[in-house]
Amino acid sequence: MAFAWLPGALGDIAHGAVTTILLIAVTTLAGTLLSILGAAGRRNGPVLLRRAIAWYVEVMRNTPFLVQLFFIFFGLPSLGIRLDPLLAAMLAMTLNMAAYTIEIVGAGLDAVPGGQTEAALALGLRPRQVFIKIVLPQALKIIYPALTSQIVIMMLESAVVSQIAVRELTYEADMLQARTFRSFETYFVVTLVYLAMSMALRRLLVTGGRRVLGAGVS
Amino acid sequence: MIEFTLWDIVRNLLLATRWTVLLSLAAFIGGALVGMAVLFFRISKNKWSRRLASGYIALFQGTPLLMQLFLMFFGLPMLGLRIEPWTAAVLGLTFFASAYLAEIWRSGVDALPRGQWDAGASLGLHYLQELRLIILPQAFSITRAPTVGFLVQLIKSTALTSIIGFEELVRTSNAINNATFEPFKVYGLVALIFFLMCFPLTQYARSLERRAATR
Repeated sequence: MAFAWLPGALGDIAHGAVTTILLIAVTTLAGTLLSILGAAGRRNGPVLLRRAIAWYVEVMRNTPFLVQLFFIFFGLPSLGIRLDPLLAAMLAMTLNMAAYTIEIVGAGLDAVPGGQTEAALALGLRPRQVFIKIVLPQALKIIYPALTSQIVIMMLESAVVSQIAVRELTYEADMLQARTFRSFETYFVVTLVYLAMSMALRRLLVTGGRRVLGAGVS
Repeated sequence: MIEFTLWDIVRNLLLATRWTVLLSLAAFIGGALVGMAVLFFRISKNKWSRRLASGYIALFQGTPLLMQLFLMFFGLPMLGLRIEPWTAAVLGLTFFASAYLAEIWRSGVDALPRGQWDAGASLGLHYLQELRLIILPQAFSITRAPTVGFLVQLIKSTALTSIIGFEELVRTSNAINNATFEPFKVYGLVALIFFLMCFPLTQYARSLERRAATR
């Protein structure tokens, strides 16, 4: 093994890591928001919407992320929608994550006792206020560990978007190994970077969750 | 440009699907065997072997599968082994699967009441007999649903082996797409084929889950 190339490559690796972090930050925010809307729609929306959401979840969960990514990046232009790689990656990741988190958020919504809604309505809150202020925070607290795992899984999946030339961590690794001819060492170092990032992300989410949602979040 | 009829595309994709299926089966069987070994370490009475297994699981669950495949594909030649994409794909997916399966089955072992072990010991069984006759059969039976669920995950994961050059469904579809310039149709069909393989398994996992919940 030879690591003489490493000091000169740190800049590229850091640059790729920042893009990976950007991807997962956007995916987390957009994906969580989308899944709250999706889970609420699946419970309270019109029948057609409920069915559409259910099918969306099934299709996304039963096809590979790589194929979804290719479909969006290579397929959509034939409908006249041309996306830049970074945007296509964010869209694909968000849509993929939402399919998993719609189920997770839904399970959380179901787990909040109905008495909570009744009590809040009896106090004179509007249904929307009840959902946002009473039901949702409790649901998020219940599902937080599952949500955290899904976010970490999404970060690891993001390695695949290198295939449509998004300049994230894996893409930088591909470039580096082509330049240095030290394939194994390059991927070894980058794998360790991913490991550190996924451990740090998990810790960050747990402490952040405790602060926002209160104690008892694990 | 070569003319491809829809049937040409479908036929070639179906031919490539054989490899996706074969790879999934090989990885699932390999992953189950290695996963069993990891499980033994993970639930052993020795602190260090437990730690070793936890580290193994954390490593494979904390890094992208794509990196694991790259390391296989570029690492084994460093040990002097000439390696085909097929070998790297099977080995990479086997290790990946073993970590997840070991963790799934361990959750089953943990779910068993302490009394099951005590009962085994009081019958005079030694550790391996307890595992074989009492603990593992129950642990496997209560984790059947997540095990099938993981199989779906594994089938989808075979798509990544296209990137290290294994000629499965996605790699074939890339080649067809380059010849036909019909990404919408080609990737749509690929998604459909994966869906038809995975959806029945998802439904099966769901019915197992329901059955477990009503028991």
